[in-house]
Amino acid sequence: MSVKNFVKLEFSSLPENVAFARASVGAFVTQLDCTLDDIEEIKLVISEAVSNSVIHGYNNDPHGQIVVIVYIFDNNGLEIIVEDYGKGITDISKALKPTYSTDPVRMGLGFTFMQSFMDELEVHSEPNKGTSLKMLRSFAIINKEALA
Amino acid sequence: MEVDFKQVRNTLVIKIIGELDLVVADKLRKQIDKKLNEGTIKNLIINLEKVTFIDSSGLGMIIGRYKKISAKNGKIYIVGAKPNVEKILFFSGINKLIPMYKSEQEIISI
Repeated sequence: MSVKNFVKLEFSSLPENVAFARASVGAFVTQLDCTLDDIEEIKLVISEAVSNSVIHGYNNDPHGQIVVIVYIFDNNGLEIIVEDYGKGITDISKALKPTYSTDPVRMGLGFTFMQSFMDELEVHSEPNKGTSLKMLRSFAIINKEALA
Repeated sequence: MEVDFKQVRNTLVIKIIGELDLVVADKLRKQIDKKLNEGTIKNLIINLEKVTFIDSSGLGMIIGRYKKISAKNGKIYIVGAKPNVEKILFFSGINKLIPMYKSEQEIISI
């Protein structure tokens, strides 16, 4: 398995950039052999991960930096990395629990969506250094000739 | 994002156009709460016919309004969610708390 294509986005932790990241990654992953539903799920995952960095990583401070890297592999697989250099997560296992949120107006479903719509999710975080998410997903290669 | 507000007696109908994410959810939260705090509204209809995307920020905004409306014995409905939006609403379990209908007409007829 080798990298076929990749993109790296770096942007300020502004809430407006959640839509930018979602649309950019959504456009990039159209290169995969996957369905529109799959792309919608990837966009949701990006939206959740970047929103987490803005809201929780930087406490809505727009001066932070967020990095999104997306790799497309030659086996029709995908790796997404979302990194911030914010306050970090003190208790990762608690944060991964459905409906857990440090903010009462949030649903605490961000990580649940990431876990549900990606095959693998790894979370690395250090207090006051930041958080890095690595997510993997592969798509079955559709044999279009056989379907024709 | 574009939002149309319409008040029919004591029911506020909001029609959202575009993507319901962090930015839009925060703006809408303030706009809806302002209307609710004016005290003339008891019920809320959230029309999602023209919403093309929703994430947990959007869901959080809806659940927050559900709590406020329910606390005052009002009713809240979601109408017109497209299949991709409906999928996320079902996934979150929001449909167990808030009745969902195909159209505003359907609510009027019940």
